Amino acid sequence: MSTDLLLPTAEDRGGPAQPILLVKGLRKYFPLGSSLFGRNRGAVHAVDGVDITVPKRTTLGIVGESGCGKSTTARLLTRLIEPDDGEVIFDGEAVGTHGGISIKELRRNLQLVFQDSFASLNPRMTIERAIAFGPQVHGLPAKEAVERSRDLLGRVGLEPNRFGGRYPHELSGGQRQRVNIARALAFNPRLIILDESVSALDKSVQAQVLNLLMDLKDELKLTYLFISHDLNVVQYISDHVMVMYLGQVVEVGPVEEVYRHPRHPYTQALLSAVPSLDPHHRTERTPLTGDPPNPINPPPGCRFRDRCPKAHAVCASIAPPSVVVGTDHSVACLMADPASGHPDAI
Amino acid sequence: MSNILTQTAAPADSAKPQSRNYWIGVLRRIGREKVTVVCGLILLAILLLAVLAPWVVGADPYKTSMIRRLLPIGSSGYLLGTDELGRDMIARLAYGGRMSLLIGVMPVLIAFVIGSTVGIFAGYAGGRINMAIMRLLDVFYAFPSVLLAVAIAGALGQGVSNSILALTLIFIPQLTRIAESVTTQVRSLDYVEAARMSGASSLTIIRVHILGNVLGPIFVYATGLVSVSMILASGLSFLGLGVKPPEPEWGLMLNTLRSAIYVNPWVAALPGAMIFITSMCFNLMADGIRSAMEVTE
Repeated sequence: MSTDLLLPTAEDRGGPAQPILLVKGLRKYFPLGSSLFGRNRGAVHAVDGVDITVPKRTTLGIVGESGCGKSTTARLLTRLIEPDDGEVIFDGEAVGTHGGISIKELRRNLQLVFQDSFASLNPRMTIERAIAFGPQVHGLPAKEAVERSRDLLGRVGLEPNRFGGRYPHELSGGQRQRVNIARALAFNPRLIILDESVSALDKSVQAQVLNLLMDLKDELKLTYLFISHDLNVVQYISDHVMVMYLGQVVEVGPVEEVYRHPRHPYTQALLSAVPSLDPHHRTERTPLTGDPPNPINPPPGCRFRDRCPKAHAVCASIAPPSVVVGTDHSVACLMADPASGHPDAI
Repeated sequence: MSNILTQTAAPADSAKPQSRNYWIGVLRRIGREKVTVVCGLILLAILLLAVLAPWVVGADPYKTSMIRRLLPIGSSGYLLGTDELGRDMIARLAYGGRMSLLIGVMPVLIAFVIGSTVGIFAGYAGGRINMAIMRLLDVFYAFPSVLLAVAIAGALGQGVSNSILALTLIFIPQLTRIAESVTTQVRSLDYVEAARMSGASSLTIIRVHILGNVLGPIFVYATGLVSVSMILASGLSFLGLGVKPPEPEWGLMLNTLRSAIYVNPWVAALPGAMIFITSMCFNLMADGIRSAMEVTE
């Protein structure tokens, strides 16, 4: 395999110890409707004070149910949506500030693969041209860009002579998702955000694509931010996992640790909802009931308290801060903080 | 690397023929639809008849004759009869097609260019700019289009160019609205976001990713408007706001022959029939093209 056709890899600026992505207090509220008369009807708190740390060459899995702000987070990090607040540091350089890394440069280093493989490809463009578009934007001549795109097609397991001239509707879902991965790779990024990228594929294809992703990660020294609602997939691919609930991080830690000893009641409920294939190991905890509360102007205190089996009066008044409970493992629950006043606190 | 290559699984697609070009596929699908093909051929025939009228038709469309007025269809020397001033109907219909087609196509064409530009801009810009442009155009929707055309043409005065202008102004809001809605749809698709992720400028994204996906639907809608334009233009001529007599034009001919409807109904219906056939063909052809252009997954 040749690497000479790739754009020069952006250099590792901060060294191996510097996390590739460091996010502090990321926040996005979507204001609701009628600004015509200046009335403020509140806002959807889509992402509310999220901190993320992604060490180099690791995979961070983000899990949570629909509407918890996973995808919004992805779009905020790529600046497809402007955040209201928060600091994003890419490999030691602040994003979008003076002296920091520009948005265009950030997007070369950080790419996004979407969930809907069909919608994310232009139906009127052959796939080799779709992949070549990005490098062309960055100044590569058309001919070389197509050459590079064919090289990448080979890398993601699609024979360029056979597939290069095809249109998206002539490919299967798995093949299209490979094309989308190739398109992201065309920029030679260092971090790829996979937003539910394998969720729409069936299980066997999903496994193929996951293996491809793992191989590419080693080969190209990539870092992944893997967003999914599928706990098994996240466990398989991630080094660390972050659990989100209603726009906030409730628990984050090394994947084995969090899966074996979940500390937050929400994480516990999520994990107990995973169907067990072993008849001797039956689901014991009652799965969660009810829906998440309305994200429009959520009440103070812990946002999970309405559905939490261990909620207590104190949960309504104090918003739980993030507490370190182990190596890289922290949880935002009052029960993890002995000084909080929660009766079950340890 | 090799283990990745071996995963070139995907045997599901080998049976599919490879269509190299999207438009070739569209043409092939149009060719399979008999109605679309027939309508296209009829329109082509009408167009040729109109364009080549001086060579195809021997008779003079302006030559009147007091003794040969309102001859029925099939009279010797006048295959389709004569009108109320004794002019040959074949010649008048053929020459009339020139003006009618011009009035039918020109306003739509101009409105297509202007409407698409404004609509795509509004749709891509989104937000307040979109809102401002679209609300402004909504003002036009407050009037019934026929009434508005009559009012504009009436204010500008009689004449072909004025009625073309009036009709153009009617169609611009409609085509803008279509262009805007299609663009808004396409803009929110992931591939446009992916293109934005590549760092491309808005102009490049519109040129490469938006245009190809929105012009088709707008064009099809515009094709459907040609028939509306012809009927409205006929209406303007009928009201005396469009073409001036003795110029042949289907709408005007329908107007002047209306008095002869009891004497010779078949001849009087001929210009109406031409308008009807042409409009129907444009509509059916637009429908056919629309379905042929739909990309199926």
